[in-house]
Amino acid sequence: MTAQPGSLPSAVLAPTAAPPRASTGRRARRLRAVALNGAGVLVAVVTLAPIVWMISTAFKPQREIFSLTPHPLPAQPTLANFHNVFSGSTVGISFRTFFTNSMLVTLAAVILSSLAALLAAVAVARFRFRFRTSPLIMLLVVQMLPQQALVIALFIDFRALNLLDSLPGLILLYTAFALPISIWMLRNFVAAVPREMEEAAAIDGAGPARIFWRILFPLVAPGLVATSVFAFIFAWNEYVFALTFLSPDTPGKFTLPIYVTYFMGQHSSDWGAIMAASTLYTIPPILFFLLVQRRMARGLVAGAVKG
Amino acid sequence: MTKASAPGRLRGPGARPPGPQAGDPAARQARGADTGLVDESPAPRPVQEDLPWRVRAGVFVRRHHLAPYLLLAPALAGVAWLILWPAMQLGVFSLQNYGIQQLAGVAPAQWVGLANFTAIFHDPEFWLALRNSVVFAVIMVPLTLVTGTCVGMLLNRLGPRMSVVVSTTTLLAWATPTVAATVIFYWLFNPDGGVVDWALAQLPSWLGGGAATWDGFNWMSSALPVYTVATLLLVWQGFPFIAVSVLAGLKTVPGELHEAARVDGAGPWRAFWKITYPLLKPIFLVLLLLSVIWDFGVFTQLYILTGSGANLDEYNLGIYVYQRAFSTPPSYGLGGALALVLTVILLIITVGYVRASVKQGALR
Repeated sequence: MTAQPGSLPSAVLAPTAAPPRASTGRRARRLRAVALNGAGVLVAVVTLAPIVWMISTAFKPQREIFSLTPHPLPAQPTLANFHNVFSGSTVGISFRTFFTNSMLVTLAAVILSSLAALLAAVAVARFRFRFRTSPLIMLLVVQMLPQQALVIALFIDFRALNLLDSLPGLILLYTAFALPISIWMLRNFVAAVPREMEEAAAIDGAGPARIFWRILFPLVAPGLVATSVFAFIFAWNEYVFALTFLSPDTPGKFTLPIYVTYFMGQHSSDWGAIMAASTLYTIPPILFFLLVQRRMARGLVAGAVKG
Repeated sequence: MTKASAPGRLRGPGARPPGPQAGDPAARQARGADTGLVDESPAPRPVQEDLPWRVRAGVFVRRHHLAPYLLLAPALAGVAWLILWPAMQLGVFSLQNYGIQQLAGVAPAQWVGLANFTAIFHDPEFWLALRNSVVFAVIMVPLTLVTGTCVGMLLNRLGPRMSVVVSTTTLLAWATPTVAATVIFYWLFNPDGGVVDWALAQLPSWLGGGAATWDGFNWMSSALPVYTVATLLLVWQGFPFIAVSVLAGLKTVPGELHEAARVDGAGPWRAFWKITYPLLKPIFLVLLLLSVIWDFGVFTQLYILTGSGANLDEYNLGIYVYQRAFSTPPSYGLGGALALVLTVILLIITVGYVRASVKQGALR
């Protein structure tokens, strides 16, 4: 507990607290800094290794992938695997189709769930009404219901409604399943908007709709960013519903996770192309995460740990 | 300010729409500082018949305090239709012999009482799957929590530049989609060309390595190796969330507390258990319960690693439920009963989660 890098008080306090050990204290502090940074490097390397291996395999020609002494980086990088994925030479359909499917489903679910969650969050954060906490508790419980259980009943319902094998059906599901956590996160953001701002606007003669769009909406935007990230990740990742509802007979409707596993099932040794597809599948959420990294940490705190 | 107005709130539905009574700014100003203690129900005014319908609807909504219910309606309708209703249907199916014929409408579903449940509890596969789920959760939860907490504390103490590097790599692991991560690990542990088998074969034999054992070792062929791979995969995927949550909690711990502990001669171990842990206990509780729920019912990763659940020994409850319901011939009744068992187990854990959240004051 001696060295807290970057915290001034510890540097000032340490010698006064134990004057005879001042010189050993400095050495210990340096040693600790080395150990801390070493641990940091270790964590970074271990965490990054699988991702690096995926990307490097994607750029390797076939003979390097199955080489007897694998190398972390491709000796002769090639775009052939990506070319295969885009031309659809193995599965028969271009990667573009699946990417469009996934993007469409995900963005629609993000927009719909964010809007519905914002309205609901305003209701629970701004109004006092009977049964105010019951929907909140209900949402908390509902969030825990296992998807692979619900999917059984949903399969039968969606079959009756002709929503199997349809992307709109998935949009509906992803919207509904993103709602509970979005509402829980957003209500903290709405509650944090000072009421005085809305009241000032009302005094100036703004109507409810105007106050909502001009005052509340911009102020909860960081919260909406956080919930969008969660909804995006959820919909982009979702596997069980897509696996059950999208028929293998019509691969043209696959979302990306189904495509990637379908590819693996059909051509289990074409690891270059599988890793190329996985790399492309991983890029959008990573870009999204990096873009909103700072805001997201804040949103997460508000959501997971009471704001 | 909402907390201050609590007594007034309790008096009844003193609802305030987000655009509070836009119509009468003068009355608002006269009332002065809005404490929320004033009953704000608009005075009943006769609705003029010649007003446009939008205005009349607005008056109606305000008079009956309908605004919160209207705002909640779309979200609750979606959740009720697509989550609550199917959950109730599962209860019905579990008492019926709902199979492929009933799905096609050839034969009506018959009530079979508790036959599905008796069948489950007499099925040794169920107990095997339950055992796998429990053992996996018991190993996974502490492993993820400890790893995540250590990384979170590390992030808290690293210098600014190093902490950006580590937190960025952590975020990358977190952002990698589940299926992509699973496929990567499948490739890493592949018997044909996988890098893990190669690396283990290079190790000297006194470290458990050697080509004899590890050359072409098939990780996906039996339960123990599959679950080993799944454990590594889920720790890799799961620790970032824990680390970021713990880090967020650590940022709220005042630095003086650790200073004081250090001056008093407390080591890092003692300081963690005496200061950090008690202060972050609510966060740890929530993370613990969430981890239990996630690890107990894990589906996607195991389903892909086991090759669509081909090997019975490798089932956990999540895969068992899915296979019972959808494998040919499909038995939605049996699957429904199983799903209910799984749901009840998870709900028992969830009750703990809700109570922890409520205790933490999340409903305030």
